Parts: sequence; structure tokens; C-alpha cells
Amino acid sequence: MRNTLLQGLRPPVTEAAPGHDDPELAALAASVTEAAERALGRSLAIRHVDAGSCNGCELEIHALGNAFYDLERFGFRFVASPRHADVLLVTGPVTHNMREALKRTYDATPAPKWVVASGACAADGGVFAGSYAVAGGVSSVVPVDLVIPGCPPSPATLLKGLLALMRGGSR
Amino acid sequence: MSGQTPIILKGEAAWREAARRLAARESALVSLWGDGGRMRAALRESDGALAVVDIACEDGAFPSVAAFHPPASRLERAACDLFGFVAIGASDDRRWLDHGRWPLRHPLGRVQAHDGAPDAYSFLEAEGPGLHQIPVGPVHAGVIEPGHFRFHAGGEAVVRLEERLGYVHKGVDALMRGASLERAGVLTARVSGDSTVAYGVAFARAVEAALGVEPPARAHELRGVMAELERIANHLGDIGAICNDAAFALMHAHCGILRERTLRAAKAAFGHRLMMDAVAPGGVAVDLAPDGAEAILALTRDVRKTFPKLVQLYDNTASLQDRTVGTGVLKAELARLYAAGGVIGRASGRDFDARRDHPYPPYDSLAFKVPTRRAGDVNARIWVRIEEVGVSLDLVETMLARLPGGTVRAALPAPGAASEGFALVEAFRGDVFAHVRLAVDGTVARCHLRDASWFQWPLLEAAIEGNIVADFPLCNKSFNCSYSGCDL
Repeated sequence: MRNTLLQGLRPPVTEAAPGHDDPELAALAASVTEAAERALGRSLAIRHVDAGSCNGCELEIHALGNAFYDLERFGFRFVASPRHADVLLVTGPVTHNMREALKRTYDATPAPKWVVASGACAADGGVFAGSYAVAGGVSSVVPVDLVIPGCPPSPATLLKGLLALMRGGSR
Repeated sequence: MSGQTPIILKGEAAWREAARRLAARESALVSLWGDGGRMRAALRESDGALAVVDIACEDGAFPSVAAFHPPASRLERAACDLFGFVAIGASDDRRWLDHGRWPLRHPLGRVQAHDGAPDAYSFLEAEGPGLHQIPVGPVHAGVIEPGHFRFHAGGEAVVRLEERLGYVHKGVDALMRGASLERAGVLTARVSGDSTVAYGVAFARAVEAALGVEPPARAHELRGVMAELERIANHLGDIGAICNDAAFALMHAHCGILRERTLRAAKAAFGHRLMMDAVAPGGVAVDLAPDGAEAILALTRDVRKTFPKLVQLYDNTASLQDRTVGTGVLKAELARLYAAGGVIGRASGRDFDARRDHPYPPYDSLAFKVPTRRAGDVNARIWVRIEEVGVSLDLVETMLARLPGGTVRAALPAPGAASEGFALVEAFRGDVFAHVRLAVDGTVARCHLRDASWFQWPLLEAAIEGNIVADFPLCNKSFNCSYSGCDL
């Protein structure tokens, strides 16, 4: 039984990393703010914050950990506390009810730190922009270094965004 | 309710009678919501019929249903926040969605400006020697939606859990008001992203009932295919994630592969991994891609080949079963009282599935089993999911085999008169109820969407009692309630 199951993981289903010439990666790398263009090393600890998402983004962030994308091979890992994090990966329009929690999570993250706004809502409030309950995109509450587009961004796009941040940071 | 308008009873006498019937367990609560200056409640009678009661809130007040039937409490508190009503006789009048952080009060009713200063919130107490509190959230340790859990623990045992939600309240109901059908559809698809297809179908069916539109046969089947793919993907993800919360990562890895393949099949067939915006009033917005059926059938073959081995692994791993059997027991009596839908109700003996019990196309012409368990523990919730994956695979293959040709979307009539419609649809986590009222110009006057989680979240508080704090993630994952779906 054990062998059968381990065989299910062979040959590895993990897919090749996007190449340096990947246009989507290049575009994302070009959009990384200068603030992030400092040496990040080869390891990034990511703290995810849902600031008002519909949970679609969370599903695709979860998928980053599956065998196809295997996020950890690139040196990324999700951490349980902002105090352990280099990067805040923020989803959703920022609701007024989450505004303080996001700000406090940002403040609890030690510098140097970077903020990635993931998805159309995190970019500018998306379809929820203008609501009495929504403050707006992530940048209306904390400074943003990179926006990853999509509704939700696919795991492939998320991966390229994070790689862009790392490569942009080590340029 | 398959396309039919339920009976609407108006007035205080009908409202009080509904509360009495709920308290006497003669009816089950389907939903309760505000609409203009009125409150409404939908009930499911013992014969399966749905009835709607409606009361004008003169002087901004209505008799509390929750005073007689506790499952109404959070819905009532939410309606009071949004409309500014007072529920007379309610035992819990704390605000629910409104944390005091909005620039206003009562966005859908008597709007008052507010300075956005947060309200204090008094959690329920538990007293006894050595009891301590553990506050958790709204930002949690994992990749998960935000909410606050207040535990009272005695040593390792949970004495009381109280949830405080509302953190992802986006004001969907207000955004819906005056929206075009197209815009309302986009919002509906983003109420709870994991159930985007089910919400799309619920909204579309309510609109179709209001306008008297019948989608083409092919659209019904494609909705069914999408809904079952959504169910398969979510159940696979949940089965893996529950095992992962018991530190059994191998199941998670394998289920993650199958889930990813399901999403890729959905993308190949319908152009989007989660199939967002694929359903629309009148039918579906995207037809099956030319090679879509083959992509889906390749997936079902793969799952049929691999999944049974995973099930065997689950069944044969004593250390894993040690964590799931007898953990987080939800009593059948409570599941019945709260009319808990979905896996949670069915794992505690509540034999209800909207696909079978309020049949709508394509399910009204399909025979399928509704798996149930009686134990009500984490293990039972895993087994119901496991068996439902099998049922959904059968359904998908049957629907594709009998898929008719033709168009996939019926035109909607030009606006002319105000109208309203209701729908009840089975999402992967339980029944979604939709009420849509259309204005004369064809825009949405009111859209109320009730997630199954409204009646499941309170039961998590009961199921965790007496369990150790360390088993909370396991119990919570086995429930997998939606935050966004309730916070709206």
C-alpha cells in the first residue's frame, strides 16, 4: 500500500520553473517597486493576510503548495506569524472591519518587509470598490511593493509574482 | 421551489405563527432577512414545501424569531445591523456584522452617519476555577479567512467557544441594490469563491423564476457538470486538508494533486479554474469547450483509479483514525434543530440534500444516493465527503453522456414589471438560498443570498465543547464553514 501510494508521486508531477525570459514574470518583475530592490537572499517567509477576500484567492494560494507548483523548492515558505515574515501576501479588498488587523499585522512584521497585493480586489477594491464597508485596495492601508493581477490569480501567476519579487530584490 | 413561487404569508399573525412552528419543530428555518421596511423569513415545512412569511416593521421593530428559535439569532442580528430594526424579545441584541468601523449605521435602512470608532463587544463568559481565555484571530496562523474565536479553556479542554465574525463584510447587499443583472451576477460569483458555481446557479434560478424564463436543456446539464466539478474539487481539498490537520501530510499531497487536476479540467472545459462567472441568468455564459468533455472524462478516470487507494489509506491508518473518530461530535438533535445542511448535517443523520429534496434541473431527472452517517464526528464528515465524491463522479459522467446539443442561454425578456423569485440550490457545503426582487426597470431591488454556513457556524461551537484546544483546527476544517459567505 505504502509503495503504491509513493509511486503515485513518481515521476514527479512538479512542473518546470518559469524561465528568465517568461514575459509574465518579466512584466511582474518590472513592476516591483524600488523599495523591494534590495538583497532578499534566497529565502522568503510569507505571511498571508485575508483582508476581505471572497476566499477564491485563498484557494489558489493553497494550490501553490501542491506537488505541481511546490512553492518551497524556490525557498518560499508560509509562516504562522507576521513576526517571522519577510513578505505579507494580502488578498481581498480591505474591509473596514479588517483595516486595523491588517495595519497591526504590518506593524508586527519586522523590517525589511515587503507587501504583495494579490488579486483584483487587493489591487484597488475590485468589484467591491465603493462599498461603505470597504476601505479600498491594500495600498489604501499599507504600502504595496507588488500587485499580482487576476480574479483570482492562478497559482502559476502567483508563483511568477513571488519569483519576480525575489529576483527584483536581488538585482 | 423548482421554478415555483412559494406561498407568501403577510402580517404579524403569520409571523408569530411561523415562530411558533419553528419552536415546535414543525418547520425548519431556511432564512430570515430584511427587505425594504419589512422582515421576511423562509421556512421549510415537514412535507418539504417552502413558505415565506413577511412582516412590516412598523416603528422599525418586529417580534424576534430567535426568542423562540435560536438558529435565527445571527441572521436576525445581521438584519438589525443592516436595516436598523429592533428584534423585540431577542435575548442577544449585540451587533453582529457591524463592528462600529463603518462610516455609517444601518446601510440598507435608516442610514445614520457614524465616526467609525469600533464598538466594544462583550463575549459570553464562563466561570470556574482555573478557567482561562484564549483569543484567536481575526488573522489566523494558516492561509484561511479571518474571524475571531474566543475560547474558554480548563486546562486543555474547551469549556466554551464563541465565534465573532463579520470581518470580511464587504457590503454585498448594498452593492446589489440598483445593480444590473450582469453586475449582480459578478457580485454573486464572489460571495464565497469556493462555491461560485452554486451561487451562480442559485442567483440565476431566482432571476429565472422572477422573469419566467426557462434555460435550454443543454445549459441545465452544463450547470450540473460545473456544480459537481466544484463539489469534487472542494471535497478532495477538504479531505486532504483535514488529514493534514491531523499531521498526515501524505493524504494532503495526493488529494492536492487530484484537486489540481480537477481545476485544470474545469479550466480546459469552461475557461476558468474555479468556473467563476460561468453561470448566468438564462443559462450559462460559456459553452463546453470542444475538447472539454474529454478533459473532464480523463479526470474522472484518474480520480476513479487513484482515489480508492487514498480512501483505503485513510481507513487503514490507525494513528489518523485515532484523531478523527469520536472527535468534534455534533449531536443529531442539534443538526436537526439548526436544519444544518450539507456534509455537516448529513454526517449527523440529517438526510437532506436540496438536489434531491427540492429537485431542480438537471437533478430532477437523475437518480443518485445521498450518503449519510450517524456518528457526527470528524470521521463521519470525512466519510460523507468521500462517498459524495463517488456520487459526483457518477453524475458528471452521466450528464456528459446524455448532454443534449443546442444553445446554452435563453434571452431574458425586456423589463416591464416588478417581480421576485426564490431558489434553493445545493452547494458543496450545503444549501444556498436566494431571493431576488427585480425593479420595474429590470435592475436588482433586493438580493438576499444565504449560505449554508449560517446554520453550521453555531454548531461548531457546540461540537468543540469538551474537546482539547489542539483539536480545534481538525474540527474547524471538518466543518469548513465559509466566512465570506456569511459576512457578505
